[in-house]
Amino acid sequence: MTNLTQLTLSDAVDGLKAKTFSAKEITQAFLSEIDKSNQHLNAYVVVTADKALKMAEASDAKLAKGKGGRLEGAPLGVKDLFCTAGVRTTACSNILGEFTPTYESTVTQNLWDQGAVMLGKLNMDEFAMGSSNETSRFGPPASPWRREGSNAKLTAGGSSGGSATAVSADLCLAATASDTGGSIRQPAAFTGTVGIKPTYGRASRYGMVAFASSLDQAGPLAKTVKDAALMLEIMCSADAKDSTSLHLPVPEWTKSVGKSIKGMRIGVPKEYRVDGMPEEIEKLWQQGVDWLKAAGAKIVDVSLPHTKYALPAYYIVAPAEASSNLARYDGIRYGARQSGDGSLTSTYETTRAKGFGTEVQRRLLIGTYVLSAGYYDAYYLRAQKVRTKILEDFEKAFEQCDALLTPATPSAAFGYGEKGDDPVAMYLNDIFTVTANLAGLPAIAVPAGVDSQGLPLGLQVIGKALDEEACFKVAAAIEQAAAFKARPKRWW
Amino acid sequence: MADRKPYVISGRTGDWEVVMGLEVHAQVASNSKLFSGAATAFGNDPNTNVSLVDAAMPGMLPVINKFCVEQAVKTGLGINAKICNWSRFDRKNYFYPDLPQGYQISQFKSPIVGEGAIDVDADEGYTFTVGIERLHLEQDAGKSIHDLDPNATYVDLNRSGVALMEIVSRPDIRSPAEAAAYVKKLRSILIALGTCDGDMEKGNLRADVNVSVCRPGGYDHYKETGSFEKLGTRCEIKNVNSFRFIQMAAEFEARRQVDILEDGGKIDQETRLYNADKDETRSMRSKEDAHDYRYFPDPDLLPLELTGEYVASIRAKLPELPDQKRARFVKDYGLKEYDACVIASDAEKAAYFEAVAKGRDARLAANWVTQDLFGYLNKEGLELSQSPISAEQLGGLICLIADNTISGKIAKDVFQKMIATGDAAAKIVEREGLKQVTDTGAIEKVIDEVIAANPKQVQEIKDQRAAGHEKPKTLGWFVGQIMKASSGKANPAAVNEILTKKLGL
Repeated sequence: MTNLTQLTLSDAVDGLKAKTFSAKEITQAFLSEIDKSNQHLNAYVVVTADKALKMAEASDAKLAKGKGGRLEGAPLGVKDLFCTAGVRTTACSNILGEFTPTYESTVTQNLWDQGAVMLGKLNMDEFAMGSSNETSRFGPPASPWRREGSNAKLTAGGSSGGSATAVSADLCLAATASDTGGSIRQPAAFTGTVGIKPTYGRASRYGMVAFASSLDQAGPLAKTVKDAALMLEIMCSADAKDSTSLHLPVPEWTKSVGKSIKGMRIGVPKEYRVDGMPEEIEKLWQQGVDWLKAAGAKIVDVSLPHTKYALPAYYIVAPAEASSNLARYDGIRYGARQSGDGSLTSTYETTRAKGFGTEVQRRLLIGTYVLSAGYYDAYYLRAQKVRTKILEDFEKAFEQCDALLTPATPSAAFGYGEKGDDPVAMYLNDIFTVTANLAGLPAIAVPAGVDSQGLPLGLQVIGKALDEEACFKVAAAIEQAAAFKARPKRWW
Repeated sequence: MADRKPYVISGRTGDWEVVMGLEVHAQVASNSKLFSGAATAFGNDPNTNVSLVDAAMPGMLPVINKFCVEQAVKTGLGINAKICNWSRFDRKNYFYPDLPQGYQISQFKSPIVGEGAIDVDADEGYTFTVGIERLHLEQDAGKSIHDLDPNATYVDLNRSGVALMEIVSRPDIRSPAEAAAYVKKLRSILIALGTCDGDMEKGNLRADVNVSVCRPGGYDHYKETGSFEKLGTRCEIKNVNSFRFIQMAAEFEARRQVDILEDGGKIDQETRLYNADKDETRSMRSKEDAHDYRYFPDPDLLPLELTGEYVASIRAKLPELPDQKRARFVKDYGLKEYDACVIASDAEKAAYFEAVAKGRDARLAANWVTQDLFGYLNKEGLELSQSPISAEQLGGLICLIADNTISGKIAKDVFQKMIATGDAAAKIVEREGLKQVTDTGAIEKVIDEVIAANPKQVQEIKDQRAAGHEKPKTLGWFVGQIMKASSGKANPAAVNEILTKKLGL
């Protein structure tokens, strides 16, 4: 039965519909795999076995009658950022204690409405702040990938490290994730999986623990481009409960996958060729260009001149919004309260000092600082102006091309501790991904090859606003050309 | 019309004038909160009108209540203000247990309503204009209850997230009495618009009162240059919730500031609280302790964009406002400005008056409503809604006066009896035989009797007339005697006419 866990989401859905296997069988297969593996991989922070089996039984009842939704009986993992009714949700932060929402996020509800089965909650960086998943209160997951001949534990990336680990280690068919500065795409690139962040406003933020409201978007991590399209199609919806939700119909992206890219103009931004970029990344990028050319696309050199300001701007805007969004975690109404000396101020200070980890505290301090009287104009306002410039760069570039091709990350996955404790070195991981968040554009990461040590590397396709279709088409072309078949060697 | 004179505090070192500006917080009359569907009903059990959004649960997002936006626009139009077709919500960040989000959603930089103006009638009989700087929408906080337990504070989130309109005036108010008059006028406009119930006892309308004192001429300098430099340092008295307290707090505060300045001190810009029991203000926090609110645009909300058609559609639905009502009362009913103003300032009074006046003698109706009825209610401390005489009943009384069934004098007695019995005027007049005598034969008979009985007074009248008096004084005495003899029922006009004839005048 183990091989059921190795199916793609699309194949599993077909198998369920064809009654080749039951929802209960595939769910049990995943639960037993999680049972064996999670102690080594630490992907799940909550396993909802009973709930999964109940949902699977309900799916089987529907499937037996020839009914059911588009994901009927398909077992999925959920990033711990999404509120799930009756299931502990902490965004992997101590401050939320044993918080169990009474409500369901719109994104997960959309999945359950189509018959998906919930296996549990997936590890992540605390409040999605991190690029290696090391800031989780539950400790980091271990990537199933290792360098050839090395036992060093590698990161599966962050913040959606648990989602990437679970998908790449076959602990779920696909997973929800979220992306504020690259938290879907970087883990995808590190684990040989596909991850897409849609246009800002496509996926509802209702019930998703907020990090930086103007940047946060939900999206999937999946094994193939087609699976990612299927997941995203279902996760997205116009939602009256989120004022920034786009009131537009969700296109049938699954139909874009496999469409010809002949005649498409693919832009290659010169500013993404950064100093110190490993040769392998450079080669991979060129390889991508060649594949797309071979598939009939036209390659265009474009310029995004303000790219170098993106990362600094991001590390002002995101912490600023976070410093306000996380003010509600004060220990008064829910979560883990620490009373200190019993006074109000002490309760606030102790709760937040003990409840938030170092990285979260660092960002809250940065965010509080940049919004303070006298600094607002120099930092926050200026960063917003940069943001406008970056958006204008993209708009200009898109006059010449239909999509952009870039590397997804400046390197392959790194080992825990290898970045030392230099937060800036860690922040540089987001250098290719933050621009799409700042501009609200759709962007997908797709596996394209492995480095000399056998670790996966990904390419990124950035589309125009609302043009996820271009992302899926181009990513599918790369997927086909790359024929990426590498699998982590099982060590766990 | 009386002149506006500055309110002067005479000190040892000379005169001081007062300058005031008010920030009025008016709770928007709406069924649900500004950004959530929770009810706004008053008096429910603590923490029952609380949605997941109001309690700031993780992942919850605000969604603007369109009706509250409409109410704000309506109010803006009602105070002759500019409606901003682009406005935005900002977060005002601070920690407090009754502020679940850790920030209040407000409009800091770009309010929904810009500059406007309100004409206010002072009790002394003059009219002054208060400039409005802005009106913005914001969330109310919850309530911290400190007195239920010696060791704990309780929090009630029922109010958390309820929509408030903050209406900020220019420093155009020159006396404590003007401040109270301004809030009264603003309240009457809000009630007429239906955008705030104006219930000050429940805190649904409350004012932050900014007071400073300056030397004579300081205000004129501001008016000429727009510069605050000579207006003095202001103190803000928070959350004052009655007309009387607004006036008292301002009086106290102005005096306090003058005393400090005259002793050579200087005023610290600070926030103060008014204690009505002690009639004093005390410091709440100084400028140095002021929070850094770290305002920034709320990224969970889109800018609020209003189209011209939208604003026009609200303008088209505006009800009649007190100033328009007053003008109409003067024009259509021929009321005196003062009477029209008193009646029109209150929607309930205006409706009562119109019910009395419609199809009847309006001047007469105005007199009876403002003097007799309001006088009685005032004396008894009753609200108009508690009046023992309905508009219909008072109208009945006025009809009897107008068609000469009873005289004005008799009507006063009938009015008292209406209050006592609740009966209709006609019924009382009938029952007590108070119908006016217009039968000239009967009146002549009485007049003859009185003339015959008082030859001395008859002679006096003739002497007065001979001395050239057009209206002999003693004539009034005769009228009185005749009315008395007829128990007040004789028609005074008929009495006058017959009497003059009989006396040969």
